[in-house]
Amino acid sequence: MEIPDVKQSWTNPINEVTIGATKEEGGTRSHTITVGGVNTLPFLYFEGNIPHRPVIAMEVWDIAPPGWPEELTKYFSDVWNDPGKWAKKCVDDFEADLICLRLQGCDPDGKNKSADEAAQAVERVLKSVTVPLIIWGCDNDEKDNEVFPACSQAAAGERCLLGTITEDNYKTLIALCKADEHKLIAESPVDINIAKQVNILATDIGLAPEDIVIYPSTGALGYGMEYVYSIMERGRMAGLTGDKMWAMPLLADIGKEVWKVKEAVAPEEEVPGWGDYVQRGLLWETITGLVYLQAGTDIFIMRHPKAVKELKKYIGSLVKKSS
Amino acid sequence: MIFVGERINGGFKDIQRAIKEKDASIIQRWAKIQSDAGADYLDVNMGAASNKIDDFIWMIETVQETVEIPISIDSNKPAFIEKAIKVCKHPPIINSTTADKEKLDQIIPLVVEHNAGLIGLCMDKKGAPQDVNRRVELGATIFSEAIEKGLSEDRVFLDPVTMPLKFLQEQADNLIEAVRQFTLLSSPPPHIISGLSNISSKAKEMRLINRIFLVMCIEAGLDAVICDVTDEELVNSAITAEVILNKHIYSDLFIKAYKESRSK
Repeated sequence: MEIPDVKQSWTNPINEVTIGATKEEGGTRSHTITVGGVNTLPFLYFEGNIPHRPVIAMEVWDIAPPGWPEELTKYFSDVWNDPGKWAKKCVDDFEADLICLRLQGCDPDGKNKSADEAAQAVERVLKSVTVPLIIWGCDNDEKDNEVFPACSQAAAGERCLLGTITEDNYKTLIALCKADEHKLIAESPVDINIAKQVNILATDIGLAPEDIVIYPSTGALGYGMEYVYSIMERGRMAGLTGDKMWAMPLLADIGKEVWKVKEAVAPEEEVPGWGDYVQRGLLWETITGLVYLQAGTDIFIMRHPKAVKELKKYIGSLVKKSS
Repeated sequence: MIFVGERINGGFKDIQRAIKEKDASIIQRWAKIQSDAGADYLDVNMGAASNKIDDFIWMIETVQETVEIPISIDSNKPAFIEKAIKVCKHPPIINSTTADKEKLDQIIPLVVEHNAGLIGLCMDKKGAPQDVNRRVELGATIFSEAIEKGLSEDRVFLDPVTMPLKFLQEQADNLIEAVRQFTLLSSPPPHIISGLSNISSKAKEMRLINRIFLVMCIEAGLDAVICDVTDEELVNSAITAEVILNKHIYSDLFIKAYKESRSK
């Protein structure tokens, strides 16, 4: 019996986005990282081109993160008072592809650090490591708009990925991206329509679609993961069939979501029968990552070094050797 | 939705004059206007303005000098089609063949060879169909011949023959039902196209009739149209109909999103 040919042909490739700039390109990174460019669904090498592998950014904060569980603090507490050292450890010891500097210290409900302090943290990380950088605000619109000009300037020409813009707050960050040549993360609240809308708003005021990465929010395993999965899948298929406002690489913020759910952090004595919590948290982050990988995620932000290692190994097993 | 701009047609007085006087500027102007309005193809038809193949080729080349949009070669003469298809820079669609065997035998191999698309008009020597069944029968004949001779579904456009509402009122409903049945011919189905302006021929309220009829046809499965692409309300209605049918992802600026998605 003849086996039917199940190949589909897609009309529109997903945009390529390059993060980081080398000396020749006006930055100081040792190399750049490019994601996207696919014209098929994840890992269907028989069907289309998959020019770049998914990459993992490890999270670094501008303050010692309060409330992280023992399973994470044991890897980072020796370096977390210095974002430079923290970043270096992630790259040298845990092989992070990129660093995601989260400016949580600027949160007005927390340490309320100043724009200058944030810019210094950016400079520290840029000096300590040579991988490309993601800079993430404190998720307070007003404060982010105050802090980002200094941070963007401090990293001018480095082609960082800045985040995030939303439907209600996008103008400041876009202006900075255009002025200082950065790329942007467009965030939407688990909503396929708003994801598209943010991109239309952004491109409407002059940002190139090729400068955008879509962050459709992330839900941990057991906490809405399948909703986000279906949005990523449907959005990616729309992008591949010609919807330019969905033809962008995807980002998943895994660590932040996983390490706040009870299943990942509750010690065994609190929840008898759930098993060793050391393994449990690690597995929770790894499995969540695996699922987002299958959904088409191009950039992961993660925390646990062993989860990063496992996911990398898995990506390696799926990526075709020649690519 | 695939929009084919209808305006470069010798039936219009300015185009007729352009052909007779070899005035490229008029044709170029309409190429540009329709391109800016978002046409996916530009139909080129000499009408009764000329019967010389050289004039037809001149029209096509004039369009191609102005815009990068593929041509819809609008002629029922195989000899014209054969020459015209060779000068097309981008794979064109052929508008059109009837369901007559000798026509299909002549035209389909040309279409296959040049990687083109084919509009199959659901009529034959006996004339235009007067009911649903005859339309579907003729459509199925064209479709199966096309597939057998090597065309894929997405290069076949079935045209169930749009007739004036004012004179043949019952045919509009027949056409919509035929569109619905065409969608069952294969999976994925062929494209289904209408020469839309015929529906409002000689009527008052032409634009309103065009618009409502198009939306009803889209609901039934139509996905391509030869029309006045400069009629913004018409184009926006078609896009909205497709969004309502969940063919595009909604966003508050969905019209803008659709148009920007297509302009490169």
